[in-house]
Amino acid sequence: MSEQDKNKEAAPATGRSPQLRFDHKVIMGLIEPNSKVLDLGCGDGTLLSRLIQEKGCHGTGIEIDEKAIYQCVAKGLTVSHGDIDSGLADYSNKRFDYVILHESLQQVLNPRRVILESLRVGKKVIVGIPNFCHSWARLQIFFWGRVPVTKELPYQWYDTPNLRFLSLKDFRYFCRGEKIKILKEVGIVGNRAVRFRRNLFSNVGIYLLEK
Amino acid sequence: MTPEPTDFVETQYATFCAPPNELVLKSGARLGPITLAYETYGNLNEDKSNAIMVYHTLTSDAHAAGWHKDAKKPGWWDPMIGPGKAFDTDKYFVICSNVIGSCMGSTGPASINPKTNKRYGLSFPVVTIEDMVLTQKLLLDHLGIPRLLCAAGGSMGGLQALEWAVTYPQAVRSVICIAANTRHSAQQIALHEVSRQAIMSDPDWQGGDYYGKSVPARGLAVSRMIGHITYMSEKSMEEKFGRKLISKEKLGYDFTHDFEVENYLKYRSDSFVQRFDANSYLYLSKALDYFDLAEDGKLVDAFAPATASFLIVSFTSDWLYPSYQSKQIVKALKANDIDVSDIEINSSYGHDAFLVEVEGQSNLITHFLNRIRKAAHVGAG
Repeated sequence: MSEQDKNKEAAPATGRSPQLRFDHKVIMGLIEPNSKVLDLGCGDGTLLSRLIQEKGCHGTGIEIDEKAIYQCVAKGLTVSHGDIDSGLADYSNKRFDYVILHESLQQVLNPRRVILESLRVGKKVIVGIPNFCHSWARLQIFFWGRVPVTKELPYQWYDTPNLRFLSLKDFRYFCRGEKIKILKEVGIVGNRAVRFRRNLFSNVGIYLLEK
Repeated sequence: MTPEPTDFVETQYATFCAPPNELVLKSGARLGPITLAYETYGNLNEDKSNAIMVYHTLTSDAHAAGWHKDAKKPGWWDPMIGPGKAFDTDKYFVICSNVIGSCMGSTGPASINPKTNKRYGLSFPVVTIEDMVLTQKLLLDHLGIPRLLCAAGGSMGGLQALEWAVTYPQAVRSVICIAANTRHSAQQIALHEVSRQAIMSDPDWQGGDYYGKSVPARGLAVSRMIGHITYMSEKSMEEKFGRKLISKEKLGYDFTHDFEVENYLKYRSDSFVQRFDANSYLYLSKALDYFDLAEDGKLVDAFAPATASFLIVSFTSDWLYPSYQSKQIVKALKANDIDVSDIEINSSYGHDAFLVEVEGQSNLITHFLNRIRKAAHVGAG
């Protein structure tokens, strides 16, 4: 199982069930039918497979974990075995309608380059990030003086696969600095969208980007 | 493993290009008549859309699956081809043809030249991977099949599958290419050259004219030993043999065999000499070395004509056809917007993994073919 899958396993609050994960539902809602999609860090291919079946998309995935590749192929998906950091160079400009970077960005070595490369090969990019500064995490830091460990981010400092720690606000600042347009931001806590103070109350932020 | 009565298969033969309609080979030389040995498994469906061609490795043959009468073992890819297996013969019609230049039933240097009534020997023209594929297309035409559902092979077979994909894009829906590449590297050519020199420096080789006399057995055996070393990984050799001694308590301090690995190489090469022609080894190894899918320029351009869906498989410990070479194929296919899935299977078996790692590959191939079959609305045979 890939680190991302572990993350997904450990993230019941994002509303996962075999039929419907709320974060997947949000992402599906951002994608136009019959689009061409590249899913970076596609895991076992659950989201990609639903996009193909339910939205008539054409899709391909990139995944580092060998076992997940078998699961993707078993779902009838096209998938490439490799890491996200080097996997994007193979594609020409604006090859895809959407590039999805969901639950994988915090684990790549060079997220800035990956996002810019994704915006090069995709007309639009969907990024899903765990929010390291939601209310419960802030409380842990403030009252206990400890680095937060939560249901969504269950790792200790010594075993986390996450290389990057950011908040929704950090991501907005990044996009502004890079002149990336945020077409939509959805904050998620549990099985619902966060309406206000998203950076405080969201566990996960999902962005629709364009450049 | 004992065969059921339904498991028995027989090799068939087809002959084309009888003079004056000889085949013009890539080298410009003309060759004819050409016989190909081939076997088929399963049934061709009504609209002839369920055919899969599997391509064999350098020293293999048309006998990919099932059993020959009185044989001790089944065909070389039997774990993958048969009812309910990855290449499911309840669904697919599987064809395997022996390549030209080989000595396993197809026309090669050990065949009789009808013009002289003598064996060709070195007067046999040099053949290429392109020529192999050209003759296999003639076989497919002979069988009346317009388009393959899949072209599949490992090692030299993988090269043929790729060549088929770019030469006959209209005649193939999908390609499975395992532990292969698009051109031999200097190291691969060098290893082959050592193998060839081993054969040619055997005094019995006689410039290739040894038929009816004593064969260059020592040279061919050495070349096979080199082959076997390249097919394994350091780890798999260590696990299989380590420094185990053969029925000795201590080292002999002489030049008889001490170690199991020495015995293994001798055993495998001796049995190889019994079944394979030294000149064929020269010709086929040369065909591999000459192959360069991108000889006219960039690999990306070389794949431009391809339209098939691809599955590219490599193995972590394969140092003869390393994974990075498979990745180059994937990269070039992606650049052409061609549907390609790829996997680097974690295995310690080296190049041999292609024939050893049955479970993972069966899983992949079964589902990959299912997708292709469904997309093309192909009925069972």
